Formats: sequence, C-alpha cells, structure tokens
Amino acid sequence: MEAIRVCDLHKSYGDVHVLRGIELEIPRAECVILLGANGCGKSTLIRCLNGLAQPDRGVVDIDGVDIAGIRGRHLRSVRRRIGVVFQHFNLVPNVSVFQNVLYGALGGQPGGLLRTLPAIAPAELRDRAMACLDRVGLADRAGQDCRQLSGGQQQRVAIARTLLQDPDVLLADEPVASLDPRAGRAVMELLLDIVRERGMTVLCSLHQLELASEYGDRVVGMKAGRIELDAPRANVSRDVMGGLYQGVVRVDDAPVAEGPLPVTRSA
Amino acid sequence: MSSFNAPDANLAPPPRFRRPSPFAWVVGLVFLALLVQGVMVMEITPTRLAKGAVNLVDFIGRAFPPNPADLDVIAESMLETLYIALVGVTAGVILSVPFAFLAARNTTPHIAVRVVTRFVIAAMRTIPDLVWALIFVVAVGLGPLAGVLAIVMDTIGFAARFFSERIEEVHPGPSEALESTGAGRFSVIGGAIMPETLASMTATSLFSVEKALRSAVTLGLVGAGGIGVELAAAMRLFNYDEALTIIIAILICVLGFEQLSSAIRRHVI
Repeated sequence: MEAIRVCDLHKSYGDVHVLRGIELEIPRAECVILLGANGCGKSTLIRCLNGLAQPDRGVVDIDGVDIAGIRGRHLRSVRRRIGVVFQHFNLVPNVSVFQNVLYGALGGQPGGLLRTLPAIAPAELRDRAMACLDRVGLADRAGQDCRQLSGGQQQRVAIARTLLQDPDVLLADEPVASLDPRAGRAVMELLLDIVRERGMTVLCSLHQLELASEYGDRVVGMKAGRIELDAPRANVSRDVMGGLYQGVVRVDDAPVAEGPLPVTRSA
Repeated sequence: MSSFNAPDANLAPPPRFRRPSPFAWVVGLVFLALLVQGVMVMEITPTRLAKGAVNLVDFIGRAFPPNPADLDVIAESMLETLYIALVGVTAGVILSVPFAFLAARNTTPHIAVRVVTRFVIAAMRTIPDLVWALIFVVAVGLGPLAGVLAIVMDTIGFAARFFSERIEEVHPGPSEALESTGAGRFSVIGGAIMPETLASMTATSLFSVEKALRSAVTLGLVGAGGIGVELAAAMRLFNYDEALTIIIAILICVLGFEQLSSAIRRHVI
C-alpha cells in the first residue's frame, strides 16, 4: 500500500493555478526527490500533503486517510504522523534549542503545550528530546538560544524536532536551500541516514542537481504545476534533471487552460 | 567638463510649485476659519495672557518654599496612587492578552470576532481615562477602586491594540512548524507566538505603567483616589506651598519609575 497517494490535485492562489492535476504515488519507506524551478508548485504540493494548504480539488491520501478537506482534531491526528522540515528551519526564537526540540511532541501530548515545557515535561520526554539532539550532534547546545546557532545547526535542530515527533512520513521543503554546499550536504546525509534508520517515507524537494543525483530512490520533476518527470534515480541523468530548469515556465505566467503548455524560454 | 544642449520641451523639469487642489484649499480655509473663531471665542488676548503671567508669578511666590509638614500624608497618598496604577495595569494587561489574540488577523477565530473586538478596544481607547473615572465613581463610589477600574479600561484600550499589532507582525514560519506537528490552536499561540511577542508585550506593559501612573495622579481630581485628591484639596484651599510639595513628590515618583522602566526595557529587549 502507498504511504502517499495524490490524485488529480489542483490548487490555485487567486487567479494563479499552481497545481494542475498532480498524480503521485509513493510506496512506504521510499525516498523521492522532488525537483523543479522556483514557482513550479513544489512547496504548494508539500503544503497540501500536510494540510497547511487546502487543495481545491483532488485526493491527498496519507496512509489510507484522505486529508483533503478534513479539519480540526482529525487533521491534527494525521499531522502527527507527518514530519515537515522547512527551508528556513522555522524554529521558535527566544526559546532554547531544547525547548524547540520538545515542541516536536506537541501533537502527541495529551497535556498540550504544558507537557512540553522543559520545567514540567516528563523525564521520559526530556530524555527522548536529548537523545534526538544527540543524534543530530547538538546535545551540547541544548541550553542555547537557537539564534546563536549557524544555519546548518538550526536545520539540525529542526530535524531533531521532527525526530521527536517520530513521523511515518517526512516532507522536506528545500531543506538545504539556505545552507552553503558543505553544510547542505552534511544536513542531507544526516536527514537521509535518519529516514533510512526509521524506515520513513520521504518526499524531499531540492534544487541542487548534484544532491538529487546522489540521494533518494526516485526522482520526480515538476514544471508549471504538473509532473513532467517520474523515474528511478538510477535512470535519470543530470542532463534530464537539468532539463526541468530549461525554458522555465512559472505557474503565474502559464495559461490556466488544460492541454500542452507553451514553453517560453526565460531570458 | 561636459556641456548640455538646450533640453527638448518634452524633457522640461516639472514646475517648482504646484497649485494646491480645490480640496486642499477647502481644508486650509476651514482650518483657518476654525482657528480664528477659536481664538475669538476663548478671548485669548494679550491683556489676559499678561495678567495670567502675573498670577503665575504670585502662585510661585506663595508656593515657595514647599511645605513638608504633611509629608507622611502625601507619601501615603503617593503610595496609594502607585497601587492604583500597578493593580489597574496588571489587571488591564492580563485582560488585554485575550483581546489582542481575538483582534489579531492571524489568530482570530473569525473575521466577525475580530471586527467586534477591535471596535471594543477602540471604544475603550477613545473614551478618556478621566471619563472612565467619572463613570466608575458613579458605579462604585468615591475612592481608589474607581481609579483602578478606570485604569483597567484605559490599559486594555492601549495595550490590546499594541499587542495585536505585534502579534500580526509575527513571522508565520514557527507557527506553521508547530501546526505541522499536529499542535492545536492554543499550543501554537503559547508555543510559537507568545515567545516571539513577549519582549514587545513587556515593553508595552511598562509603558502602560508609566502612563497609568500619570493618569492615576489626575484621576484623584474627580474623586477616584490617590495623590490627586490631596492636590485638588490643597489647590482649592490656596495651600500652594503644600501643593508644590505634592507636585515635587509626583515628579520624583514619575521620573523615578520612568528610569526604572527604561532600565528594565533595555534588559528585556
């Protein structure tokens, strides 16, 4: 059974038709790299998979639950099984690294926020949070404010937060786009080591073709709101991946009507 | 050195002065008419201003030296003023927080709730604290309780607005990150929004105390307790030397608290 199944997914922001009938299936424990130029709809797709954006039409099935259209407690219970790593880390400022990691357990704690405050969090949860920080190599930074860390370290804290959440599915939205190449590669290796250890299903969007050609089981390429490429990584050359960035069509430039898209070369 | 040919007519710079629009003329003339009318109605004349200056000199002459005889009573009233300000602001700030979250675009449960809450906050802010004090003197009688309630209302009007504006400025990323873990609305507010806004809320609360301390002084003039009651009595009985002592006590307290508040703000922000 597929962990993620997307059928005929459409999403618009005002007049801009961002997703135009996405069809995607990802089996359990598979790691899929999502490629595509800025504005092609990668982030919107990831947001729809977590319920952060509501699709206009289509099915978003996560482990047998169609999350398109569900809200409230039902949506929150599905989200607990879906971890998200963001491009800009999205750590909470003015609180410690340890507190940020504890927030990963917010969804799974019956006491809500109070049970994740360091002062009153159960010892078992505190120990697990420290183990997650240790796994990403930042156990010695637990007490620091996250703003004192480098970009790469902040992304590691975000990964530790996701680790504590212990999801079945991991969505990573350009997790290394804000990092220098060395830190980006280190974060990517850490992320994929962890998902392999835990057998997570992964959809990770990237821009770096050299990383895309090394990591993941399968490559999916998007262009102007549609999937244009879907193949095992071993079968996809760097040139084919690069083709996704040639003659780039932004969704807000493309016509809304169905049918072949007129591709205009960017200057 | 470069030289230029005479510019084409199309390249002529815009005129140095622009003729005001009819609307600007109307606004200007109405303003001028009201100003002249106001000066005439209030009988602001050089003779009256000169007489006022003489009276002021007479007041200063009779006020000096300040009379410290009732310093214990003044200190007690000043302390009461401080209590009015602190209790009023504390209650006002606590009540401002839910008002602010209901009024902020990114945390309100519904647009209608936002509109109603913003209207209530605006009403609280628009009605002056002295008017609130008069209303509460009628409601709960003379004394400090009326002053406390007046400051609560004034603080909500002031603090809730600034709190809600700060909440709207919060970066949405951390809130989305917490939402994506399955956290509920209150957990997102407490876990992501409060930590980011707390420093600003603290600074606004300290400004509220400064503002309330000055308000609490004047609230006494309408019988809402505090040092204002003593000041009004001293002025009515022409005990200007005692009034000066009270004014100096107010000055010391307000300036002292402003310094303390600035130091705390520097530390917090």
